Amino acid sequence: MSKEAQKEKSMILQKEMIEGLFSDLANAKELGKKVCYTFIPGNLSELIRTFDMLPVYPEINALQSAMRKKSAAYIKEAERNAHSEDVCTYVKCDVGMMMKGNIGPTGQKIPEPDVLLLSYTGCFTFLKWFETLKREYPNAKVIMVHTPYQENAEMTPEMTQYMVKQFKEEVIPQMEEVTGIKYDEAKLKRHLELSAKAEDLINEIFQTTKHKPSPIDAYFAGVYYIGPINIGFRGTQEAVDYYQELLKEIHIRIEQGLGPITPEGEMKEEKYRLVVEGPPNWTSFREFWKIFYDMGAVIVASSYTKVGGVYDLGWRHDPERPLEALAEYCMNCYTNMNIPQRIDLLKKCITEYDADGYVTNSIKSCNSFSAGQLGMMREIEDSLEVPVGFIESDLVDPRYFSYSNIKNRLESYFQMLEQRKKMEKEMETA
Amino acid sequence: MEKYYLGIDLGSTTSKAVIINEKDEIIGRGITNTRANYKVAADIAREEAVYDARFTLLSQRLQKEIDSKPEFKKYMEDIRSVFQYQQFKRRMDSLEETLLATVNDFAYDNKADIVKELKMIIENIRPQIRHEFVNEDLGSKNQFFRDIVSERYNVEVENAEKSLFEPLMLAFDKSITPVENEMVKFNFKELVDESMQVLDEKYGGLADQKIEEGKEDWYYAELNAVKDNYKNVESTLRAHIDEIADQDIHISNMVGTGYGRALLPFPEDCIKSEILCHAFGAHAIFPKTRTVLDIGGQDTKAIQVDSHGLVTSFHMNDRCAAGCGRYLGYIADEFGISLNELGPEAMKADKETTICSTCTVFAGAEVKELLHNGEKRPNILAGLHKAIVQRAMSLIARSGGVREEFTFTGGVARNQAVLKYVKQMVTDSYGEVTMNIHTDSIFMGALGGAMFARRNIKVDLPSKENKIQDVTA
Repeated sequence: MSKEAQKEKSMILQKEMIEGLFSDLANAKELGKKVCYTFIPGNLSELIRTFDMLPVYPEINALQSAMRKKSAAYIKEAERNAHSEDVCTYVKCDVGMMMKGNIGPTGQKIPEPDVLLLSYTGCFTFLKWFETLKREYPNAKVIMVHTPYQENAEMTPEMTQYMVKQFKEEVIPQMEEVTGIKYDEAKLKRHLELSAKAEDLINEIFQTTKHKPSPIDAYFAGVYYIGPINIGFRGTQEAVDYYQELLKEIHIRIEQGLGPITPEGEMKEEKYRLVVEGPPNWTSFREFWKIFYDMGAVIVASSYTKVGGVYDLGWRHDPERPLEALAEYCMNCYTNMNIPQRIDLLKKCITEYDADGYVTNSIKSCNSFSAGQLGMMREIEDSLEVPVGFIESDLVDPRYFSYSNIKNRLESYFQMLEQRKKMEKEMETA
Repeated sequence: MEKYYLGIDLGSTTSKAVIINEKDEIIGRGITNTRANYKVAADIAREEAVYDARFTLLSQRLQKEIDSKPEFKKYMEDIRSVFQYQQFKRRMDSLEETLLATVNDFAYDNKADIVKELKMIIENIRPQIRHEFVNEDLGSKNQFFRDIVSERYNVEVENAEKSLFEPLMLAFDKSITPVENEMVKFNFKELVDESMQVLDEKYGGLADQKIEEGKEDWYYAELNAVKDNYKNVESTLRAHIDEIADQDIHISNMVGTGYGRALLPFPEDCIKSEILCHAFGAHAIFPKTRTVLDIGGQDTKAIQVDSHGLVTSFHMNDRCAAGCGRYLGYIADEFGISLNELGPEAMKADKETTICSTCTVFAGAEVKELLHNGEKRPNILAGLHKAIVQRAMSLIARSGGVREEFTFTGGVARNQAVLKYVKQMVTDSYGEVTMNIHTDSIFMGALGGAMFARRNIKVDLPSKENKIQDVTA
């Protein structure tokens, strides 16, 4: 079998979707489409589509730049322009890319924004990011929505109404003004129906890791799987088709008893099942992944794949309550949950997916992820007695990924897991 | 045949080797600060451990005599130090040769003067060092060749003529590292013979020694015993030494650990993470240990272990090595004193100067400023030591705090000032807990490795067999 044969149909589908989007973006003017920059957490894909706009996700561009080894130069450019070393590296990478001509991952130019839509305020950096962009693009309209934090571990009707009011009074009128298109609720509902379908499918996909061996890696491959649902295809038939195809492929893997696909082919032996908290490092993504699959470690669940929506707990977009559904969606993204909720979710993953360990990758420049991570880890360790590991890196700044340090810690961690497993086996046989 | 097991811990600053027997008892220790390459470092440390093991075996044979007769006890202590002197002497010969060759390549006009001065310096320091080994037990102080020589060499150079200062320092800097990195194989028996001759002279000369004021009575009691009976000890020793020298110290299995472990020429299943080894070693010595703090050259680890000595969680410093052993090395350089003097100097402090920065380089700048402002050296040093421990405390907290017994390991555990602040801060944060520090604390990782080797515990690391095979293959 050649390496080419490992390209599953779903991968090709995804590639086509993304290329199509960037091609549309490059020709936005010709197509007469308005461009809306927004972020993954709490992204209002369906509403953007209802107004026929094209979405741009600056943090996705940043991570793509990192994977193409361009982030170091972009970050340097941003720092030269007075962005501090401590600023979120997604921001600096994005700003640097913009300063160097705003050429996107496909080599095509990304158009200027008509709208800067901020629909998740849990990350303070997002606010500042768009303030910065506003200075660069004075013609763009900034639309900001305040998203209440789930402080008491719930979304109350008042919180939902508070957001719906903002949609009705701020977001929709301004979008109408920019696009010249009248708000069409029936159209939004149709998108939401498709969203719910895709959400059902992706939830089912991430549940397949309960199989042993797990047919997929829910972190390193998971970040690819969440692509379509997160970057503007949620609410489209294309996304539904993609996830149906992916699920079909995974079911075949399960039938054949196959493990996850890695860049070096199929993973042969599943030795450790892990749950990972925190985003991955993008600049050395392959090397980072390799440390895990070389050790026979597969990630059966990760919090990072839930940043664009938490579907494990049953929540779906409800077409019958369109604006309420959008409000709940914004409030229900992973980092908008309070710390005890996140702990419960992670514990549920560890238990239900029968994980051997829990690893945190703490990101230097991401406050919204890093806050509370150590406490969460402690709590999980104490209540489940699961071996925990802690490593530190960064999103897209290659200066903060120290391969030998990370490998050293992970090796120690895996040897610790090995010992524990051996002990448990001995105790069982005793 | 008795079986032995070897653990090698390749740290960033020093490399350690430990040999144990089948009862997990340490019979040999070796340490080197060579940074040549890990292969040489491992070989030097292992050779040292084997010599040490031979002395242990010798002592074991003579245990009855050592326990009952003070002259045997004294003689066995002395011979180890003198043996180290003999090793030192050979390396010193090599250093002299290298120094002269280095100077010979210099383009200075006053080369003849430099050579003359150099020869004089060596002539001066050789007897000083010999005296300290033979009469003042320098061997037990665990100092490295570089430290011993440079301390005295620097003093001599200070006294030399100004124009010679630069070439002499340059010659030393260029020569010391290659000499330190030389793998010198010694003939154990030959060295023991030479050592016995040295001791023969020493004890023979004791008859006329006058009693000095200030020395304790037991000192003279031991000396008197050895003075009258050393010939008897010598002949007993000679009866055993050939056999001991020829005995095969058969290493049945070995495990490598430490930062350089991946570079060891060991089979991959003989390589283990230092986290596991340090914890296992510390737990073996202090079985009630539940928290281990290890401060090494470039990393600090806080490790939690269970009742079997197995690691349950750990935390290491990341991104920055301020607060580790190398930090102290840097500070010692800033003050122009040796690493061993840091702790005692800091203990003289009447207060701790606050050092705001935990960045090694910034701390250096801060030190200069403080000295300029007239702050006392011991107080600054105390502040620096405290800063290191504060960083370690944060790692302990991150790893889950101190639970029950606490053991402090690693090279830095030898520093009294660090110990003082660790005790203070652990007690402040976690109340009264039993705190263990062992004289072998620097060897804990190597000990753990040797213990894993004895248990033949296989460890899985990426090896060719279990790597995922490329489908194209």
